[in-house]
Amino acid sequence: MRRGWFLPIAATLGFSFLYAPIVSLVIFSFNESRLVTVWSGFSTKWYGELFRDPQMLKAAWLSLQIAAIAATIALVLGTLAAVALVRFRRFKGRTLFSGMVSAPLVMPDVITGLSLLLLFVAMEGFLGWPQGRGMLTIVIAHSTFCTAYVCVVVQSRLSDFDRSLEEAAMDLGASPVRTFFDITLPIIAPALVSGWLLGFTLSLDDLVIASFVSGPGSSTLPMVIFSKVRLGVSPDVNALATIIIGLVATGVLIATIIQLRSKPKKAKA
Amino acid sequence: MTATHTPTIPPPRRLKPWNAVERGLAKVGISGRMLVLAAPVLWLLVFFLIPLAVVFGISLATKQFGRPPYSPLLTTEEGTVQLTLHLNNYIRLFTDNLYIAAYLSSIRIAFISTVITLFVGYPMAYAIARAPDRWRNILLMLVILPFFTSFLLRVYALTGFMRGNGVINQFLGLFGIEPLVMMQTDFAVYVGIVYTYLPFMILPLYTTLVKLDVSLFEASADLGARPLRTFLSVTLPLSLPGIIAGSMLVFIPAIGEYVIPSLLGGPETLMIGRVLWDEFFTAANWPRAAAVAVAMLLAVVVPIMLLQRAQSAVVER
Amino acid sequence: MAKKSTQLAIDTRPWRDTSNNKPFVRIKNVTKKFGDVLAVHDVSLDIYKSELFCLLGGSGSGKSTLLRMLAGFEQPTSGTIEIDGQDMTEVPPYNRPVNMMFQSYALFPHMSVEQNIAYGLKRDNLPKGEITDRVAELLSLVKLQDYGRRKPHQLSGGQRQRVALARALAKRPKLLLLDEPLGALDKKLREETQFELVKIQESLGVTFIVVTHDQEEAMTLATRIGVMNLGEIAMVGEPTDIYEFPNSRFVAGFIGSANMVEGVVTEDEPGHVRIRSNELGCDIYVGHGVDCAPEQLLWWAIRPEKMSLSREKPVPPHDANVTSGIVEEIAYLGDISLYQVALESGKRIRVSQTNSVRGNPDAITWDEKVYITWSDSSGSVLTV
Repeated sequence: MRRGWFLPIAATLGFSFLYAPIVSLVIFSFNESRLVTVWSGFSTKWYGELFRDPQMLKAAWLSLQIAAIAATIALVLGTLAAVALVRFRRFKGRTLFSGMVSAPLVMPDVITGLSLLLLFVAMEGFLGWPQGRGMLTIVIAHSTFCTAYVCVVVQSRLSDFDRSLEEAAMDLGASPVRTFFDITLPIIAPALVSGWLLGFTLSLDDLVIASFVSGPGSSTLPMVIFSKVRLGVSPDVNALATIIIGLVATGVLIATIIQLRSKPKKAKA
Repeated sequence: MTATHTPTIPPPRRLKPWNAVERGLAKVGISGRMLVLAAPVLWLLVFFLIPLAVVFGISLATKQFGRPPYSPLLTTEEGTVQLTLHLNNYIRLFTDNLYIAAYLSSIRIAFISTVITLFVGYPMAYAIARAPDRWRNILLMLVILPFFTSFLLRVYALTGFMRGNGVINQFLGLFGIEPLVMMQTDFAVYVGIVYTYLPFMILPLYTTLVKLDVSLFEASADLGARPLRTFLSVTLPLSLPGIIAGSMLVFIPAIGEYVIPSLLGGPETLMIGRVLWDEFFTAANWPRAAAVAVAMLLAVVVPIMLLQRAQSAVVER
Repeated sequence: MAKKSTQLAIDTRPWRDTSNNKPFVRIKNVTKKFGDVLAVHDVSLDIYKSELFCLLGGSGSGKSTLLRMLAGFEQPTSGTIEIDGQDMTEVPPYNRPVNMMFQSYALFPHMSVEQNIAYGLKRDNLPKGEITDRVAELLSLVKLQDYGRRKPHQLSGGQRQRVALARALAKRPKLLLLDEPLGALDKKLREETQFELVKIQESLGVTFIVVTHDQEEAMTLATRIGVMNLGEIAMVGEPTDIYEFPNSRFVAGFIGSANMVEGVVTEDEPGHVRIRSNELGCDIYVGHGVDCAPEQLLWWAIRPEKMSLSREKPVPPHDANVTSGIVEEIAYLGDISLYQVALESGKRIRVSQTNSVRGNPDAITWDEKVYITWSDSSGSVLTV
């Protein structure tokens, strides 16, 4: 395909558009003054302020815990759902199940959040559980919508999977369950890790759903950020953003290096 | 070397715990399959389907003081059970201009944003698909990386960009151009949606484009078509499943957006997600919010079905 | 390649004496349908212990499906499968005394060679020491003693194939199924491996069922061949039977090459049959009785090596079994030459001649008129 000038320029513009705001965020996190627009000197004071803010730190810790737990629950549920959708050829209610699993992918957050809150309130009324809203309800809510994403990732990996490996294991005496744990799981492990990371990120990032289902004293990091940002620009948020971007970029870099390292020896299963 | 072995019936297998459990369950009619399905099905039933039913139910209640702040649907009084359904929420949805305006506005904004995202994302996806192998993964990684950075923070970054004294205006100021008002406008919301949802458009487009057979383009060129013609007659139609999938992944969630209009839009920017939020948090009118949610769901179901169709079309390819 | 022996003939060929020998594998009226597609149609087959049985057929013949049913990966739609007297039709693959060597080898990529081979033994809960011994034994059997620690992606194609074989033999199965075992190997390697495979099979005495589309492979390896076509068994027999005495046009055309002509029976006697063939331009005299009727339309097949060419017109007995034509093409293959002769009727006949005289200056060449003859038992009369 003849390479013209159009594509590279369009692509470059696109990528710049994608990254320019992020870059400016990072730059101005080191700005001396409070303004995010006028550079008045280099300073790391906002990072200091960030770490001295108890509300931020508490919220960050809470968000990390919730994300880890929700991602793990979502991993289990999502993998089971993916196995069912890929391996079980036909079963009653398959379309309904498939719809239920993938709906959170496109349903607006406000509806997911509202519906779960109303459920929790109703449950509290009828069963006395859950008592009040807090970390537990947020974990449940996040697990629910993260499952959809995990399922998509695992499903795509499973459908590419070489069935003859599982047949070979069964032929050698492994029951289907044994085969799954000995053969399938280890080989699709990278997809499971991606799914977990995806769930972790989404949970960490969620604002709307957490706002609905959280209770007093259980403000997540996005909730704290949002309330700060509504009032205007806040450079310590820039500092936080830079830290997160740094962590994410490092993580993605490591992951890419690992992938590239394993490429020459890669034996596709 | 082993001597010819005499085959015997294998010794009875030690009854492993799993075999026993499996056999026991089979007697009750539960297969291994059902066990796999059990956890996700139960979870989704309780935490996905039932909440939707609850929303529907509460949309038929009315606002009332107390905990919870809505009227009970079923009341028992002296041996009778009474079911009270209030339809006023739905009536208000249709009669009050606010809601209708918000719906239409949401659809308009989501639609325009989707189109812009398509125009911005298509060349990028195409460029990545046509790039040499080594570059492809790096470029894809560059597309996905912002996605992993907090969505909230990225929208916040946009505010810094578009404010009265923000980066863009500073830049324009260098040329002596008056500062543009970008914040608190529909325009800002478009930019916000395009910015946030761009990866969701690029990835499905890329997946479709990368699977296209290069020889098709070569054949078209061989038959005398110039690049633009080839693009319009060959590439575009064949990338349709990707276009549909990407558009749906942007359009549907965009309709119900809350954060973007809240941070970037103005009081005039009506979006239904915001309306729902305000009904719930500001007006504390849970039943009304529930009714808005039900109406939103119905409006969103049709595009979701289109997405399923498009997805199966992509799978079939 | 079965052991040549006069005394042990009966012992090594149990199928020749069905009254005293019970089959090891009994496939009875097995049918397999995938939706509306009939993959295997009412197949019945008896396979005896220590045979190296080959299922030979093209794609879509049903051979792989049949093999998978023997392994337990597919359930027959109807019919039964018995192994060593036990009905295994409903038994899942992990409970059968059967092991399979997959076409793609299916080696577990995340396990080493040793771990791959040991996998089946671990499932049987054998003591660790025994497992290590068995694995070492198998590695030396397939001549991969120093490769135990390697992972599959660090092995060549031929080495992977040997690991797959070792893994399949680890549990000392009663029955070993091999799905196109030599398909992925290059010609030289294939020949060597064929030989090794037979040696291993003979020394271990395991019953092998091999699925292949390669006739040469089947002829080389098998004690008996089952030719399959469109889900049915076309013919079962020893390689010589299949080649020299095919029972149908399909089998005659499928194995090796054959010249096939149509004819009408003019004489039908208990001792001989005469067939008039316009295609051949002569009569065919068959020196034995055939189950047919006068005036019956049938086919006659003869293999290229069973005919001879000459420049002078021979005088055959019975005024038959000789025809003439012009040499159109000659394919020189070194050891033999393949002549394509165009007969008067337009029919083309292939005759092969061994080049027994080195650089023969008097060899038959293009555009020469030649006579083709054969004996009265050289060809097969085929009614189907």
